[in-house]
Amino acid sequence: MATAPNPIGEPVNRIDGPLKVTGEARYAAEFTPPNLTHGYVVTSAVARGRIIGFDLAAARSFPGVIEVFTHENRPNTAWLDLKYKDQTAPPGHPFRPLHDEHILYSGQPIALVVADSFEAARDAAALVRAQIEPSGHATDIHHAKERAYKPPVGRAGFAGAPSPRGNADKAFAAAPIQVEAEYSVAIEHHNPMEPHATTVQWNADGSLDIHDKIQGVTNSQGYVAGVFGLSKDKVRVATPFVGGAFGSGLRPQYQLFLAVMASLALERSVRVVLTRDQMWTHVYRPHTLQTVKLGAREDGTLTAIKHDAIAGTSTFEDHQEVVVNWSGMLYHCDNVSLSHKLARLDTYTPSDMRAPGGALGVFALESAMDELAHAANVDPIELRLRNYSLEDENENKRFSSKALRACYERGAAAIDWSRREPQPRRSRDGRELAGMGMATGVWEARSNVATVRIVLDTDGKLKVSTASADIGTGTYTILAQIAGETLGLPVDDITVKLGDSDFPFAPIEGGSMTAATVGNAVRLAGEAMQDDLFKHAAKIKDGPFTKLSKDDVVFADGRIEVKADRGTGLSYGEILKARGLDRLEAKKTSTPPMLKKLKYVGYTHSAIFAEVRVDEELGQVRVIRLVIAAAAGRILNAQTARSQIMGAAVMAVGKTLEEETMTDNRIGRFMNHNLAEYHVPVNADIGDIEVLFVEEDDALSPIDVKGIGEVGIVGTGAAIANAVFNATGKRVRDLPITIDKLL
Amino acid sequence: MNRFGYIRPTEVSQAVEALAADREAKIIAGGTNLVDLMKYNVERPSSIIDISKLPLDTIEETEGGGLRIGALVTNSTVAYDERVQARWPMLSSALLAGATGQLRNAATTGGNLLQRTRCYYFYDTGTPCNKREPGTGCPAIGGVNRIHAILGASDDCVATHPSDMCVAMAALEAEVLVEGPGGSRRIPMADFHRLPGDTPQHDTTLAADELIVAVELPPAGFPEHYTYLKLRDRLSYAFALVSVAVGLKMDGDTIQIARIALGGVAHKPWRVRGAEEALEGTAAAPADCAKAANLLLDGARGLKDNAFKIELARRAIVRAIGQAVAATPQSQIDKRIA
Amino acid sequence: MTTTTQARGETDIAITLTVNGQKHKLDVAPWVSLLDLLRERLDLTGTKKGCDHGQCGACTVIVDGERINSCLVLAVTRDGAEVTTVEGLSEDGGDALHPMQQAFVDHDAFQCGYCTPGQLMSAVALTKAGRTGSRDEIRELMSGNLCRCGAYPNIVDAIEEVAQGSRGDKEPAQ
Ligand SMILES: Cc1cc2nc3c(=O)[nH]c(=O)nc-3n(C[C@H](O)[C@H](O)[C@H](O)COP(=O)(O)OP(=O)(O)OC[C@H]3O[C@@H](n4cnc5c(N)ncnc54)[C@H](O)[C@@H]3O)c2cc1C
Ligand code: SF4
Ligand code: FES
Ligand code: FES
Repeated sequence: MATAPNPIGEPVNRIDGPLKVTGEARYAAEFTPPNLTHGYVVTSAVARGRIIGFDLAAARSFPGVIEVFTHENRPNTAWLDLKYKDQTAPPGHPFRPLHDEHILYSGQPIALVVADSFEAARDAAALVRAQIEPSGHATDIHHAKERAYKPPVGRAGFAGAPSPRGNADKAFAAAPIQVEAEYSVAIEHHNPMEPHATTVQWNADGSLDIHDKIQGVTNSQGYVAGVFGLSKDKVRVATPFVGGAFGSGLRPQYQLFLAVMASLALERSVRVVLTRDQMWTHVYRPHTLQTVKLGAREDGTLTAIKHDAIAGTSTFEDHQEVVVNWSGMLYHCDNVSLSHKLARLDTYTPSDMRAPGGALGVFALESAMDELAHAANVDPIELRLRNYSLEDENENKRFSSKALRACYERGAAAIDWSRREPQPRRSRDGRELAGMGMATGVWEARSNVATVRIVLDTDGKLKVSTASADIGTGTYTILAQIAGETLGLPVDDITVKLGDSDFPFAPIEGGSMTAATVGNAVRLAGEAMQDDLFKHAAKIKDGPFTKLSKDDVVFADGRIEVKADRGTGLSYGEILKARGLDRLEAKKTSTPPMLKKLKYVGYTHSAIFAEVRVDEELGQVRVIRLVIAAAAGRILNAQTARSQIMGAAVMAVGKTLEEETMTDNRIGRFMNHNLAEYHVPVNADIGDIEVLFVEEDDALSPIDVKGIGEVGIVGTGAAIANAVFNATGKRVRDLPITIDKLL
Repeated sequence: MNRFGYIRPTEVSQAVEALAADREAKIIAGGTNLVDLMKYNVERPSSIIDISKLPLDTIEETEGGGLRIGALVTNSTVAYDERVQARWPMLSSALLAGATGQLRNAATTGGNLLQRTRCYYFYDTGTPCNKREPGTGCPAIGGVNRIHAILGASDDCVATHPSDMCVAMAALEAEVLVEGPGGSRRIPMADFHRLPGDTPQHDTTLAADELIVAVELPPAGFPEHYTYLKLRDRLSYAFALVSVAVGLKMDGDTIQIARIALGGVAHKPWRVRGAEEALEGTAAAPADCAKAANLLLDGARGLKDNAFKIELARRAIVRAIGQAVAATPQSQIDKRIA
Repeated sequence: MTTTTQARGETDIAITLTVNGQKHKLDVAPWVSLLDLLRERLDLTGTKKGCDHGQCGACTVIVDGERINSCLVLAVTRDGAEVTTVEGLSEDGGDALHPMQQAFVDHDAFQCGYCTPGQLMSAVALTKAGRTGSRDEIRELMSGNLCRCGAYPNIVDAIEEVAQGSRGDKEPAQ
């Protein structure tokens, strides 16, 4: 047994907080090795074609320029596609920067200017001239969808659309209530506030110390080793702080390749930072078109669900997300048919963005459910309760826990759902129309493999280290809390070290899996250390524990104490010293519970409630209140957990009302590639957000933990859109809901 | 950025001389537009003339009861100036509707007048643009044109002027005071910005060798019946899709003088005197407001993405007139539209 | 006229900047932004670059008492200025956090931390200017600092706490 002053669940302040508020936390572009050079990327304005040649004279002779790299003079790198595959690469041929003369998308990097100052690189880059012969391109999904295809190879770790059950077409045709609608969600770009960046420190022994913006240093390390034919012990990737990523840092982005390439070629340290505009030259959330058909009995119980999605991908990789499967598991229904297809576009490959697939598919499903509620004249919560699923009918497995009913109840109470007028346009607040809407949210609660090392020293201080990341999620803090609880140590006595490939292996931080995976590894290591500590304590000659077993003691406040006589005990430091040890170490790996997974599936559930005000005449929407009640297992830190959900909800406001990358399909180019014209939410856009947690015991996670990084964005868009319908009677199925769509 | 020289005059005459000596030189004031465009390689001045040391940073009352705002006075200073807030509150409101606290602290009155369009293509040197490189074409027509003009555009350019401040200044009938090699002159706001015609590269009627020294506000500031209503794609920190400045002088229920200017719809603050006259002498009945809106939007033409702005502008005009009549100007803090 | 450099020349210009109380005599090229000067020359990387174009507020610093976007300022144009960055916030330059820094930690007003220095500089300037009368006013006047992690409600909480504290300390408004 262990007790700690900052037990799990408490709203402990972030332990990395002081570093972040003083500016001491250093991000990838903020390391400055001696003799650093600066790389600046030049991109193509043509969407598809061939580079005929370059005029590099002006750039090369610019004062301060060291080298200009293009496909013509780049050093050789690995030949095999496989070497460019990172931990999350979808099926296909990964993009190879500066590979050859072929242009695959507008914004593709075609040159890297390296100079002795940032300004020289930036300003010489403007002088690079490339002659590009364009060939036909296709970037409009509305055309490309005609040739949409089912990806021949599935993406590892991602479930494809399940095979149909029952007969959805027949059941739909026979259903007394039918809802059929098409939904579209515009391209969104992740836009973490920190632009993608890599600093490569070149060492005289040929080894590299790399600071890369990545959600898992091991992914960059493996990529660099593979592509450049280096052994992993020559490639260290250390990124203690990541300025947000939301999925854009899952795969190594091209600046990593360029920085390493230049560094190896020049035998110098190199930093490459993408400009904000260049953040539109790699990953994004794909434009997705969806059709949902719901058939129901008069009481709203579902008899048929059809959900078909077509999403954009690149010409070279089949990026796949779980878009439609939610429709087969969120509600009970016997006739279900789901499909997910891809449309090839001359763009970069999309990549996961916060709740990939879920943020798209659940928007469509939950909007359609609201349409059904309206058609059947059933309260939206009641409709969901009538269709409540007790198991994942896609897989015929039980939920490891599902306290969704409690979420509906608590969320409805918090927002006072009884105020809602069932019929649209009935509620006003001054000049504005008032509306309330709700939706269900869901996200996978998975875990992965990760290893953690903990080291205790003679001062009783503990160091926890793992290669895992904290992209703002609070990993530093929750690991300290778990270690503290397991070992009975105050958080102040614990240091957590993350984001270094020299530390024990952890995969990328994605899929909301870190807390459950790495957290469990910490617990395992802590328990191992408890055993070890007690063994040593018991061996201390004439010590207090010689005749006791581990069950007779507690681990508290950095001491082992006799349960029956808490005054008697020894501090960890005293135990180590008495045993002549200068440190005690434990290293443990957490693996997913494979056996239990045969029987259970893990999901985080939520109920989202939105309250909006709409100025009908002028089309202005304000989300004045969001309530999200989430059933996410055991909450490790009430404060950081709330922040995760809140942050995702803010992103949902952006997604639903503002965010849209606009393409000029004539030239195949994203046009509003900056933060002045691509609108992410600002402070004034955000009203009150209330987050409630319904705690659960979980059959899959040994520490009862489910991920919470993503669920906050799933369903929230539908809740807002449903509230807009409730206010105005207008059903906007095409996100974002901008002013023009409400006029 | 290109390589450029740096000149820091201490007297107005030196600045004018420096401009006259080199047509490719550019004044830099707050830098919030010029530096932005230089980093995008849209502006490539041979030299920058830093006017921050010129004595153009004061606000003074004029003999006639107006206000003279030096070209270097920042947008924040103007917005929070007690005289402006009391007597020309529409200008304060428009300024506070624009950009952000930190941008307004750097942005100057002269620079705001001369800020350039936010057209996506103008900003992207990977695409052609008549305004940036005359003769290369206008891809915004037929391209992505959500933020473009519905009034006064041409086949060569459909850009808008993005300023909020200028819209209020147009409604207030301010005058721009400039110094050139030939001396000083005053340019009424109505004549300051240009419609593109077939020379969209020229934003304004200011000559390349002229320096803005001040803006003068006439005494009539519409302190009671005014508003600045701005509609945009998020609730703050976005350029106007449509904005409306209204200033009214009322006698009881009757409008005696009306001034209305639109932002976000053309390459200049859009005023139609006939529309204002249509309101004058009326009590702003719905039909009067509709008529004014029709006259303001006469000849409006929409493109693929921005056609909605015509209807939006129509409704915004009517609402804004209502706000001004009722003396309930739009708050720039409370986002409910009054 | 005090300064002239030749176009296309490489002539640096001598300027003086007081940064966080420390006076620096620097030779800088006119095309160097204040932000790059702070980050690259003075190694004050607390001030962040989120966009380099005035679109995000991550680079907000206080210059001569006012918050501005350091990315859009050419350093030479601020010769003689006093600059405060996040590194200079803590009073008397000691280890103790500035009340606003502490409030940000206490209210979890950040996640990844990348926008945080800019938020803090904005918040400090705003509070000093006394424009924190209501949550709506704070929201509007903090809208120049994007936070993609979405910490806005917590940021408003933190500022409100500090503003109320400092208002409480002051004499009642006249
Ligand atoms: C992200 C972002 C959002 C913004 N949002 C808004 C908004 O919503 N509404 C709005 O109105 N504005 C907005 N702005 C624009 C901002 O208001 C302008 O950038 C600012 O007003 C320009 O002033 P400045 O002093 O910085 O000009 P500078 O950048 O110094 O100069 C701009 C131009 O004016 C010329 N110039 C400056 N002063 C003089 C003078 N005295 N005589 C002759 N020429 C001169 C310069 O040569 C240059 O061509 C935004 C800007 C940014 C970056
Ligand atoms: S609208 Fe004007 S500024 Fe925009 S691309 Fe056309 S010519 Fe250029
Ligand atoms: S970096 Fe200056 S505003 Fe974004
Ligand atoms: S804390 Fe990550 S962007 Fe604000």
